[in-house]
Amino acid sequence: MVVPLVYAVLSGFKSTDELSSNPFGLPKRWLTSNYTDILGGGDFWRLLGSSTLIAVGTTVLVVALSALAAFSFARFAFRGREALFTLFTMGLMFPFAVAVLPLFLLLRSLDLLDNPLGVILPQAAFGLPMTIIILRAFFREIPGELEEAATLDGCSSFGFFWRVLLPMARPALGTVSVLAVVTSWNNFMLPLLVFTDNTWWTLPVGVQQFQGQYSAEYARVFAYLVLAMVPALAFYSVAERQLVGGLTAGATKG
Amino acid sequence: MTSTFLADKRSGPGTELPPPESVRARGRGRRRVLHWLTAVGFQLPALVLFIGMVLLPMLFALYAAFFRWGGFGMPSDYVGTDNFTDLFDNPVFLGDLWRCLILVLLSLVLQLPFALAMAVLLNQKFRGRAVYRMLFFAPYVLSEAITGVLFSMVFAPDDGLADHVLGAVGLDGVGGLWFADPSYVMATLFLVMTWKYFGFHMMLYLAGLQSIPRELTEAALIDGASAWQRFRNVTLPLLAPTLRISVFLSVIGAIQLFDLVWVITQGGPDHHSETMAVTMFQYGFKRYQVGYASAISVVMFGICLVFALAYQRFVLRRDLEGATTTMRGDGK
Repeated sequence: MVVPLVYAVLSGFKSTDELSSNPFGLPKRWLTSNYTDILGGGDFWRLLGSSTLIAVGTTVLVVALSALAAFSFARFAFRGREALFTLFTMGLMFPFAVAVLPLFLLLRSLDLLDNPLGVILPQAAFGLPMTIIILRAFFREIPGELEEAATLDGCSSFGFFWRVLLPMARPALGTVSVLAVVTSWNNFMLPLLVFTDNTWWTLPVGVQQFQGQYSAEYARVFAYLVLAMVPALAFYSVAERQLVGGLTAGATKG
Repeated sequence: MTSTFLADKRSGPGTELPPPESVRARGRGRRRVLHWLTAVGFQLPALVLFIGMVLLPMLFALYAAFFRWGGFGMPSDYVGTDNFTDLFDNPVFLGDLWRCLILVLLSLVLQLPFALAMAVLLNQKFRGRAVYRMLFFAPYVLSEAITGVLFSMVFAPDDGLADHVLGAVGLDGVGGLWFADPSYVMATLFLVMTWKYFGFHMMLYLAGLQSIPRELTEAALIDGASAWQRFRNVTLPLLAPTLRISVFLSVIGAIQLFDLVWVITQGGPDHHSETMAVTMFQYGFKRYQVGYASAISVVMFGICLVFALAYQRFVLRRDLEGATTTMRGDGK
């Protein structure tokens, strides 16, 4: 399982020549230039920055909108609620690949190509169903007495949402945020289409292009790969519990 | 003001002196409208984004699929169902359907049982179990693009890790072109898919296993059931809901597979690893046959929808009943 990962890390420390003569072993001479060259250039940092910006933007948007909607689904009885909720849950069955072509045309006509919003908005939209489902289930478990007390104290429904519900829901918000970050971070198809020039490329797009560009220099590509993995794996090791919790909750409640 | 239970309470009998009938009706009507507006108001931002970025594009794909259209201006060259009939004469697309079916079957008979076995294994108590879990799950966190590039290097002809390993154990020449060989490419891709996704299913199963009360397996143990019997008659039935979800996700995932294939082979060699999403991408974004590509989208969606509905109707419905009956008694 980890062999390919270790292989990539070690290979990054070798020269491309050494790679073919000594594929498995530790590098004879630990060559750090592959890594430092990449970190020294600005490209990698630009990709990292744009991946981060897009992930944060998507997450803030999807969590904010979903929290509002989930609040209304969980706490209000109103005409059309079930129909609306079914509409959102049906969104789970819409594969992204199906909508991507018309979505691209829509973004083009809105002049959102080569604009981070062109990735953030669709990603947030496709994240809504899962996030709403998880948050709704969580909001439902918060006892009604709290709402009653808040209302008696003169809280409006938005005031209750903002000052009581959201602070209480912090663990659930953390879980859905982690999910949103990971999904956005790994998205490949949409950034590939939306960003025609490299100003806003994200890491997955950058890695693919880098491999195309330096296809003969294996060691360099390996170093690049490893560096591109680091943020995701670091994030995973910090947020592991939340991520796994979110996936299992989302999958069983979906 | 607008909360559900307060409104309920207020309409309950005998709380306060009833105002005259007409005033009360008007007040209640206005309150109800206000209540509805607040409730829907919270939904509005999400709804606008969802309709604009998910539903409208899908509906537009459905519309565009009936036109011969290059993607500029509005579609005008109406061709009826020609795109669809052409599609089902297109050997590449028929191949896509076939490959999709193979991937689904392989996932179901190889990947998921493997994930289940690992989950059962990792559910035991032993040292370093948390580390194993993290390691197996880690690939799921890496993006498909990165995984794809990594494995295109591992399986690079001659210089890649795979060929070196085979060479080192004396199996020179068994490897070879891997992704460039029409007869190996799907198997190799499936290997990569397994590496990437099995950890996810394993995690689902682990979560499912942990929700099974320990007393049940202990009781079976006391009754003298063997390990296999305990697994077969206690664990497996109780895990069934989780299994069904994971099968569902696995099938939907196989239908829309794109990133991995695009990064590693772009569907080659000679369409031998192409998936529906890749074919759609080729026609829509490389050849500008947007109407035709929309037809592929519509078929993909149709397959997903039919599968999802049928699955919900015939498999997931049994879930609730099945789960409660197995809990209640000792079968039939």
